[in-house]
Amino acid sequence: MAELAIALNGINKSFGPVHANRDINLDVPRGSIHGIIGENGAGKSTLMSILYGFYQADSGEISVNGKRVSIKTPNDAIAAGIGMVHQHFMLVENFTVLENIILGAEGEPLLNKSISKARSELARLEREYGLEVDPDALIEELPVGLQQRVEILKALYRGADILILDEPTGVLTPAEADHLFRILGQLKEQGKTVILITHKLREIMAITDNVSVMRQGTMVATRRTRDTTVEELAELMVGRRVLLRVQKGESTPGDVKLSVRNLTVKDSRNVTMVDNVSFDIRAGEIVGIAGVAGNGQSELIEAIAGTRRAVSGTVTLDGKPIDVTGTVDPGELRDRGLAHVPEDRHHVGLVLAFEERENSILGYHDKPRFLNGPFLDLAVIEEDAKAKIEAYDIRPGNPHLKTANFSGGNQQKIVLAREMEQDPGVLIVGQPTRGVDVGAIEFIHKRLIAMRDAGKAVLVISVELDEIRSLSDRILVMFAGRIVGERGPEATEGELGLLMAGVEQQEAAQ
Amino acid sequence: MDFFNTLTLILDSTIRLSVPLLLACLAGLYSERAGVFDIGLEGKMLAGAFAGAAGAAVLGSAWLGLLCGILVSVGLALVHGFASITHRGNQIVSGVAINFIAAGSTIILGQAWFQQGGRTPALGAGQRFEAIELPGAAALRDVPVVGQIYSELLSGHSLIAYLAFAMVPFTWWVLYRTRFGLRLRAVGENPAAVDTAGVSVTWLRYRAVICTGILTGIAGCYLSMVQNAGFVKDMTAGKGFIALAALIFAKWKPVNAMFACLLFGFLDALSIRLQGTPIMGVRVPVQLMQALPYILTVILLAGFIGKAIPPRAGGVPYVKER
Repeated sequence: MAELAIALNGINKSFGPVHANRDINLDVPRGSIHGIIGENGAGKSTLMSILYGFYQADSGEISVNGKRVSIKTPNDAIAAGIGMVHQHFMLVENFTVLENIILGAEGEPLLNKSISKARSELARLEREYGLEVDPDALIEELPVGLQQRVEILKALYRGADILILDEPTGVLTPAEADHLFRILGQLKEQGKTVILITHKLREIMAITDNVSVMRQGTMVATRRTRDTTVEELAELMVGRRVLLRVQKGESTPGDVKLSVRNLTVKDSRNVTMVDNVSFDIRAGEIVGIAGVAGNGQSELIEAIAGTRRAVSGTVTLDGKPIDVTGTVDPGELRDRGLAHVPEDRHHVGLVLAFEERENSILGYHDKPRFLNGPFLDLAVIEEDAKAKIEAYDIRPGNPHLKTANFSGGNQQKIVLAREMEQDPGVLIVGQPTRGVDVGAIEFIHKRLIAMRDAGKAVLVISVELDEIRSLSDRILVMFAGRIVGERGPEATEGELGLLMAGVEQQEAAQ
Repeated sequence: MDFFNTLTLILDSTIRLSVPLLLACLAGLYSERAGVFDIGLEGKMLAGAFAGAAGAAVLGSAWLGLLCGILVSVGLALVHGFASITHRGNQIVSGVAINFIAAGSTIILGQAWFQQGGRTPALGAGQRFEAIELPGAAALRDVPVVGQIYSELLSGHSLIAYLAFAMVPFTWWVLYRTRFGLRLRAVGENPAAVDTAGVSVTWLRYRAVICTGILTGIAGCYLSMVQNAGFVKDMTAGKGFIALAALIFAKWKPVNAMFACLLFGFLDALSIRLQGTPIMGVRVPVQLMQALPYILTVILLAGFIGKAIPPRAGGVPYVKER
């Protein structure tokens, strides 16, 4: 057996009544890429935070490179050669790359020397690992992919031999994610050990050597990646068999419900984000819009849903126009049967500080059935919330709990329940399963198909190509604000990928 | 020439009036750049003014008075730190409380100790910071313009005034050229980044509020031991709040802070100078002239300065994410 970079033995950690980690054992061989998967709340992040000294275990032993170590603070972890790339980047946005890299590892009280030392050290790391980044660029001006690279460089600068990445691809486009995997492969070749935490099975299969599965605070299995399958891992994660690709029958499209013609939308910097886009959605079909994030999908659905003003073009709902270039009242659109599940549920879809029952009627709270004279009818609202909790399996099933305390998947279910239960004719869904567990993904997909089969028109945008392919009856691909192609659900990933990268368009232009 | 003399006089008093603002403004800069909002500048200044004057009167030395002023002000700053850093309390509430404590206790203690209606005894020579003549000021007095600017405007201020202006480049250097400054700026923007880099957020923020306490203490001493010869109740008269406004106006940058404070000082000087003087034949009420700096503060903050982006983590206690 290869030497172990990390050996965890009997780790326990509780937060009040929650036993987040229960007797965890984990062996990570040196020079390997080790995946840790599990649903949200399975205890993966807690375990890694213990390893990085952010929390201390209640009991248990940690060994690094065969030596027992006591890790009480991040400093101890850094000294033991452990570096961590957090899910939410730990970068100071208005600092330069260089300033972020030396922060906490400056060496001496005056910056002059440490900065020039860091500059040459950074150049060496860049050469060695192929991690180019402009040291004088401001973090806030870098795309997320490069910001993540800065995080990796930060760890390497501190001499990390063992690199922990917590959900590294959550914010990345597929292309950026692929690039990250190549970097991780390189790190492995250089003898570094990588621990990859994720809930995306595809990533585990693509890059890891070994994989450990966590469920409800326990380590349920460790497998060699090449000896396991996606199906087995999904079952281990959720504790039951999971359908990874939702079953659905043929669609039977009816009348046109939503029609978009020559829609053009600019963003706040006056850059054209949606460029002369036209398409129709019929009753009883799901239309998916694929595209790398930032190619205008977000602005497109915001304009249709009335939360962003379009520059020109028309949109009709059931044959009647929506004033997209003027002032649209999203509330009026709801009355006309257009429901919208926004991409960003934390900032747009929910008020996290509100109770579940309040969020489950938000936007529909002025409907007569929720009112008792000028007041909210709390009894009816509570009944309604309980019914939704039941129907959508929202857990924990407490309508009085603050929404911030639900997991991502359950928060998404709260929004979906709210919008779907209004029985809209048209449903627009942005990123239906971003940050959602495998089990809940299956549920949400089934619900969307059920909407379709009930004769609704559904528009889905997602950066997950798998999701678009598995849900859609028709796939539109957006690139640089334009719709560059339409394909059926049988289109291959490669074919769509080329469209998403704008390759065909460029070839056509030559 | 008469106009030039008047201008020199106004500018000279601009500098005098700017000093306490500048010290308080820089004080706020250290704290707010570290992510701890401080509306208790006013209170710390007032307490510093009282302690400084009382200390100087009792101990008979300006320097010992200054030390008392700084210690008391730092003590209050640590109270603010204890409430808002250690106990993650609301920084605004804590700041307001400090203002009230300072306003009330200076009068009560002053009356109890000195029985002069809340005042401290008048300070004599050696108990105040005297004006310093810069070398050659007397000789150059008669050289037109340059000599006049040197001897009237630049010379003849107290040590604290020179210190205040020296603090501007020093603060800039600390912020942008030292490890402490880098971490200080980082902790005000993203404390989690500092924490994961293995640096204590708590200790860093405490050091920042201590810097604030030192500077507000000096600012208070300037009021009671330079501008005045003793403490008078409520002698800060809102200067702490104007300093806070100047800090926002300066977008939390030291050199901007100096110009902002000079501007507010200039308006103050102007309003004093113009009291009772008819402007273009119209007698402007004294009250209007006195209100001028405050009116300008409102106008400037309401929109003339563009968007002032405060340190991102400002006002938010740091809690480790679960």
